Amino acid sequence: MTAAPQARSEGQEDKNATGALALNGVTRRFGEFTAVDNVSFEVGPGELLALVGASGSGKTTTLRMAAGYETPDSGTVTLGGKDITKVPPERRGFGMVFQHYALFPHMPVEDNVAFGLEARGMSKVDRLVKARAALANVGLEGAGSRAIQSLSGGEQQRVALARALVIEPRALLLDEPLSNLDPTLRHAMRDDLRAMLRRVGVPALFVTHDQEDAFAVADRIALLKKGKLLQVGTPEELYAAPVSREVAAFIGRGSIVPATDKGGTATVTIGGVARDLAVTRAKGAPPHMDAAYVVLRPDALELSRSAGVLAWRGCITNRRFAGGVVVYRVQLADGISVDVESPSAQAHEDDNVSVSPMKGPFPLVPA
Amino acid sequence: MKASSRRQSWLIALPVIALLLWTVVYPNVAVIAGSFENGLDHWREFGASPADREALWTTLVISVASVFASLAIGVPLAFLLGRFEFPGRRLLRAVATLPAALPPLVGVIAFLFLYGESGLVTRVVQRALGMAEAPWRLKGVGAIVFVHAYTMYVYVFLFVSAGLERFDATLDEAASGLGANTWQRLRRVTLPLLMPAVAGSALLVFMNALGSFSAPYVFGGGLRVLSTQILASKTNGAMGLAYVETTVLALSAVAGLVLFRWLDRKRKYTLAGKGGRSRKTIRSRRVQMLTTVGAAVIVVALVLPHLMVILVSFARDGAWTTQVLPPEYTFENYRRLFSEAELWKPITNSVSMALIATAANLVVCFIAGYLIVLRRFGGRGLLELLVALPWAIPATAIALGLAATFNRNDLLTGRVLLVGTFWILPLAYFIRDIPLVASAVESSLRQMDASLEDAARGLGASWMMTMRRVILPAARPGLVAGGLLAAVTAVGEFVASVVLYTHSNRPISMEILAQLRALAFGTSAAYSVLLIFLVLLMTLAARSFEERLA
Repeated sequence: MTAAPQARSEGQEDKNATGALALNGVTRRFGEFTAVDNVSFEVGPGELLALVGASGSGKTTTLRMAAGYETPDSGTVTLGGKDITKVPPERRGFGMVFQHYALFPHMPVEDNVAFGLEARGMSKVDRLVKARAALANVGLEGAGSRAIQSLSGGEQQRVALARALVIEPRALLLDEPLSNLDPTLRHAMRDDLRAMLRRVGVPALFVTHDQEDAFAVADRIALLKKGKLLQVGTPEELYAAPVSREVAAFIGRGSIVPATDKGGTATVTIGGVARDLAVTRAKGAPPHMDAAYVVLRPDALELSRSAGVLAWRGCITNRRFAGGVVVYRVQLADGISVDVESPSAQAHEDDNVSVSPMKGPFPLVPA
Repeated sequence: MKASSRRQSWLIALPVIALLLWTVVYPNVAVIAGSFENGLDHWREFGASPADREALWTTLVISVASVFASLAIGVPLAFLLGRFEFPGRRLLRAVATLPAALPPLVGVIAFLFLYGESGLVTRVVQRALGMAEAPWRLKGVGAIVFVHAYTMYVYVFLFVSAGLERFDATLDEAASGLGANTWQRLRRVTLPLLMPAVAGSALLVFMNALGSFSAPYVFGGGLRVLSTQILASKTNGAMGLAYVETTVLALSAVAGLVLFRWLDRKRKYTLAGKGGRSRKTIRSRRVQMLTTVGAAVIVVALVLPHLMVILVSFARDGAWTTQVLPPEYTFENYRRLFSEAELWKPITNSVSMALIATAANLVVCFIAGYLIVLRRFGGRGLLELLVALPWAIPATAIALGLAATFNRNDLLTGRVLLVGTFWILPLAYFIRDIPLVASAVESSLRQMDASLEDAARGLGASWMMTMRRVILPAARPGLVAGGLLAAVTAVGEFVASVVLYTHSNRPISMEILAQLRALAFGTSAAYSVLLIFLVLLMTLAARSFEERLA
């Protein structure tokens, strides 16, 4: 890695070189505090990976290490198999969209977009032509001469995206790209963002604290908590087969209740009523768990007003209309409460109801 | 806003506006009118005088050179201290603003003791090189710009440091992510964004250098600048010519102000980042060594004038002639200051005049600030202009305006005889410090939630109670800070004083000059130290007052 020829090849000259962006066991400490702890994952060309976690989980530090603004204390960052850990940001050729966009306030829109081309020594005419084309690509045709201050939040976000895309980046990095938009715009931008990122065909890594954003935009999700990587997988994998209680608690809604692992099934006993449920376990999970939990998702449960023998009995404490369905919170025995989605709006608060597990298999996670 | 409250605003504003029109605007009108009292004769006289043309040209050259010299020191120093970590950084940061603590005339004297023909540094270099004569002479444009750079770079340093602190670090990161190298980032992102701070401080230096009097007066040699020409004309009784020179000086200041505004016209953005960029530790041992050595040299250069004044204040008057350092030391200088009535008088004069002026500043500027920030009425723009105006007028011009206006009792033309009395100097100090105190009060009040006043009134508080319990506490930090600055400026004031003083109200600065002329270096240095001590005392008093209330 320190050999001279290789160091030279890390420069901007081989700008066509791309390939998977990988973090290999990176760790970053700030004094006593370990912000990122031995995190590894890989993003393939054209793939969209979301770094998800609560604030303070280390997701932004991870992104900044990928971008080169932070240097890992240990571990490496590679692009197409080449070590770029020590390459400074200005020579990585990555496109980055900052959380608050970081648009240069003293330049009009097109100078902002053309800045990366200017840094590469492109002539003024050429770079303005390319900048305007890039603006058209994000739906901002003719906005080139406008002042940054005159743009709305959504427009600023698209300028930031155009600025990152126009340099034909070898990877795209986005820090909370949707968090500064109002909810309506945010939903529309999710689809636009996914479409645009897929078109570019380079590894794209984006940070979000919002799992719905991640579900809507990402091909795969890397879930971080307190600097540790909990799980990497498709949204479906994380939802259906979480590797731990922590993942299950973060991804989707649902109650996590104790269960007895019986191999293909697990027994959940609530208020003396035992039910055998078909379960799935994450890849690599132990074939038998001494202390196991089952995740009861609202859409996998059924609510009924009749008192079935094999149903868990409970009382509705909360009722929330959610479009086509109504979500009821039901207080069961043993201090367990579950959310149940039901097409029926007939039940009300304080009604006594029974809850039965319907659609399996249910995710089984270790304690 | 209701008509009744608008009427109330006018009721409060009218006395303040009238006072400012009378003391700030009227004297300048009188000067301009005076310059035309014989038609264009005085102007022709000015145009035909090679000395005056030279003075105008020299003034502009000195001002522009002072701006560039201050930028050359202030900008790199702000970057060094703001962006890098190195051994000695904290010490350098602590003394970087020290020159601002020197009253203008004291700084000039300190330079005389250090770099003048018989100064310490001059003699050391002369001996070291075995030269028969002093290696340089502290005279002319170069000497004046040298002193200006020392005292005025602080503005640039403070403005640019504040700009760097608020600089949004992600802009720099965004630029580097887009492939810009260090130089490209500096040229295209950092410096353009710091331009407002650079331009603002450059304007401040320009205005100060334009009106500067002490340095040209003390070691201009045969050099003429406008401010010294004005005093010379006045002393010679050529008041008409003095009026023309004053008008030209004031016009140069206004022209500078307009020019800077025009250069800065296109800016729509402000630096609103929360900063957050950490200082970079210098890694290379050699660069680190060089930086630390450089920092040590700067620290010595910054502290030396202060130390020199203190040292000379213990020197026996008349004993220091050709030696490198004064040969005899004594407490005699200080003992005489405190025991001889004639020498003690300037000290009580300066302190009492500064306190009177500051008290007036606090009252007038509090009301003006309140009206400007919290009231909506037609006279707001006028009031804003009036309190800012003295800032744009060089002190010599302010002083000459007062000399032209308050020189006789004539109530019909709004004149009161103050020239030759004690009161003319407090009035001059008051006028000079209006912008300082008013802007401090305004910025304090702007941080107050404007609905607090409405809330207090809504809770049934009378107007007086609202002022006393809500507005005054909100303005207090500005009043304390602005009042301190005003008192500090007034106690060491020289430029207006030299035009207007009489023997009975002579301030410390005039006595320093008189002692210097009598070659009583020790006594003049003792006065200087006392002045620095007074400044320090006032600063501590203001701080403890603020701490006790906060």
